[in-house]
Amino acid sequence: MSNIFTDTVAWLTDPAHWSGSDGIATRLLEHLQYSGLVLVIAVAIAVPVGLFIGHTGHGRVVAVAVAGALRALPTLGLLVLFALLAGTGLMPPVWALVILTVPPLLAGTYAGISSVEPTVVDAARAMGMTELQVLFRVEVPNGLQVMFGGFRTAVLQVIATVSVVAYLPLGGLGRYLFDGLVLQDFPRMLGGSLLIAALAIAVDLVLAAAQRLLLPPGLSIDSRGGHKAAGDLAAAPAGAAVQGGTV
Amino acid sequence: MAEAMIEFQSVTKQYQGGQPAVDGLSMSIGKGAITVFVGPSGCGKTTSLRMINRMVEPTSGTITVDGRDVSKEPAARLRRSMGYVMQSSGLMPHRSVLDNIATVPRLNGVSKGVARKRAAELLDVVGLASALGKRYPSQLSGGQQQRVGVARALAADPPVLLMDEPFSAVDPVVRDELQQELLRLQRELAKTIVFVTHDIDEATVLGDKVAVFAVGGKLAQYAAPEEILRAPANDFVASFVGRDRGFRHLAFNAAESIRVHPVKTVEAPELAAENREWAVVLDAGSRPLGWASPRDGTGLIPGGSLFRRGDTLRRALDAALSSPSGLGVVVDDDGKLAGVLKAEEVLALIEETRHYREDAT
Repeated sequence: MSNIFTDTVAWLTDPAHWSGSDGIATRLLEHLQYSGLVLVIAVAIAVPVGLFIGHTGHGRVVAVAVAGALRALPTLGLLVLFALLAGTGLMPPVWALVILTVPPLLAGTYAGISSVEPTVVDAARAMGMTELQVLFRVEVPNGLQVMFGGFRTAVLQVIATVSVVAYLPLGGLGRYLFDGLVLQDFPRMLGGSLLIAALAIAVDLVLAAAQRLLLPPGLSIDSRGGHKAAGDLAAAPAGAAVQGGTV
Repeated sequence: MAEAMIEFQSVTKQYQGGQPAVDGLSMSIGKGAITVFVGPSGCGKTTSLRMINRMVEPTSGTITVDGRDVSKEPAARLRRSMGYVMQSSGLMPHRSVLDNIATVPRLNGVSKGVARKRAAELLDVVGLASALGKRYPSQLSGGQQQRVGVARALAADPPVLLMDEPFSAVDPVVRDELQQELLRLQRELAKTIVFVTHDIDEATVLGDKVAVFAVGGKLAQYAAPEEILRAPANDFVASFVGRDRGFRHLAFNAAESIRVHPVKTVEAPELAAENREWAVVLDAGSRPLGWASPRDGTGLIPGGSLFRRGDTLRRALDAALSSPSGLGVVVDDDGKLAGVLKAEEVLALIEETRHYREDAT
């Protein structure tokens, strides 16, 4: 007897579904390419602006308001709007997704910089660091953990929402959702959803490992602030044994 | 006083819509001396300090360091030419202790190897084990962090040190230790140090000169600490230095001529019972451990503070008053028992000193 679950497993394990120009492997690659493109553009916009706002405090109110408003936009609606305004092709949906990705990245970057203890920043300035040195030698390394948390949230969101570009129609794993819906092929829809979820988890694991490598060692000893889940993954170095009673 | 290193000329700092934080401050700070800014919160002492290295820009007036107007120099370069120690150590959590100390030399373009070597030497100068160099700030105690903060300020060998309540956040025992350490360092280094504190005791212990600030950013008195305790310029200074100022002032008079009396000593407390008088209990190296009471069965009673030969009248009086027997224990430089002193004789000496001073003026 077959049901949707066994059918889904059968669909996923059928080698014929994995190869070819519309196979799972190709769709997976397309999905990663779209996500990567969206992220590169969004990072290029959000990180510099976030660093500026976090460091100077200027434009914080405006940024928070705009970011909040952008977050409330319906994804699919924005996508269609861009397609109607700018026509079909790759870039209109990419720009629509960039608009949705900038707010969490901006918030994460800004929050990371402002999470750095003010006394540390004050001391760095009093030592005679220029503003750029304060930003890149003190605020960025110490805010990295929080910033990385925002980045990982944004990556997960992009991998999930990039599926909608299949509506336009482009490739990516979203194809299985839209095609499955049209064809009433539910195992295919469920299989596609599972693939997107698995991809998101896999990418997040890679990022968690990268975060461990990137984080300055002095910070993983100190559990103050930061992105909880990520901080817990970082193994405490040997020094942790000697910190008893010293706060 | 020695020649001036830092000069304030009618310096005012006014924040928007408020009282001036610093109001028309004019003073000159001597080279190679410790000048302490002391006062209640909101008196503008920290603001005044931070205007020296332009962490705060004055609204009007000029500040010169070594004859040069600080406002004419790029802020970052100016700051690198002065050491800065703050209340929270302000160490960078992501850098090792050595790299923290090496911060300013690195900013000045000194190579990493040279800067680290110098940093390792400085660890020793501030009394920290070299093994701590590889640790991170969060692995150090508060007192250790402050020492690293001092080492960092000294790293580029600046002529001026600015210290903003550097010892306020550590416990009293460690604070005392750090103060003595700073005085020891200063005897070797002879920096121009500006030190901010709200603690008049700390000010009188450390300062060659003390500037008392009143609320509203006015300089209430600027004089040697001994003079501030003996002759407060006005009611504000008198109330700020407090009721104990007479007692504190004793710290400026040596008790060299105090009489030292012999005292009965025992090696174990039980023996004292036979003699019906107080006796100092000694260890094998003749160092005092405490007192044995003439009453039976009390055992070893912890002693009061010790008076070391050459200490001040304040310590002499405290030794007598804090002792359970009423006799202050006197020790020599090796910590061995030298005898005891009596409270009434300390008081007589205080009176004598006062007459002597009256005659002198």
